Amino acid sequence: MADLVFWIIVGITLGSAVMVVTSKNLLYSAYALLFSFLGVTGLYVFLWADFIAVVQVVVYVGGILILIIFGIMLTNKITSVNISHASVQKGGGIFVVLTFVGMLGYMIYKTPWSIVAATEPVETTAVIGRLLMIEYLLPFEVTSLLLLGALIGATTLSRKDS
Amino acid sequence: MDSLNNYLMVSAVLFSLGLFGVITRRNGVAVLMSVELILNSANINFVAFARFGGMNITGHVYALFIIVLAAAEAAVALAIIINIFNNFNTINIDDVSELKQ
Repeated sequence: MADLVFWIIVGITLGSAVMVVTSKNLLYSAYALLFSFLGVTGLYVFLWADFIAVVQVVVYVGGILILIIFGIMLTNKITSVNISHASVQKGGGIFVVLTFVGMLGYMIYKTPWSIVAATEPVETTAVIGRLLMIEYLLPFEVTSLLLLGALIGATTLSRKDS
Repeated sequence: MDSLNNYLMVSAVLFSLGLFGVITRRNGVAVLMSVELILNSANINFVAFARFGGMNITGHVYALFIIVLAAAEAAVALAIIINIFNNFNTINIDDVSELKQ
């Protein structure tokens, strides 16, 4: 049963990702991206990462995707219903991607990964909080500075009069 | 489902699809969406190694940092794209090869 659910989630993730990169309509791409993000959330749940799964829903689905849809709406004329965009160099792209995924797959299945048997953690959020506040305090603070910079930069860039 | 290879393979295919989008798409927003797919695939790898490779919760912390970076990147990239649209009236990135019009 869990296996079936896992492969359904994988199918949703990869199928929606294919839609994202091949759909003719930009809005369909954005909505397919929503399902791809939700599929990745399901994978996180299978990997015992409950906090990351919640953050994925809140930040990606609730934040980044809304931003992207706003971007689509602001960069197209509202009157043109059909927001189409074509793909170029499809043959070359497929060749590069197939070669790449073949190489990656060969590497993945040939490498003897050291698998450590682990038990399901009782709590992840508390441990993440402790790690962020003790071991990774400097990266955490630098990230907050980066977010501040991105906030100011984005508002400055998108102002009408500069 | 309980195998590291499955997750790595899903992540590899997701990365390749994102790469395909970056190569073939000429719309700025579509390229941005493909980059988000690539970042998601990197995140799956981190969390998978946290589960199977004995990295424990440290992998989750790295995944969190990547999510934050993706949010910042999306905000700045969309600001740039909207600016390009206001200046050039197009977001076809092949048409935008000059710094000023």
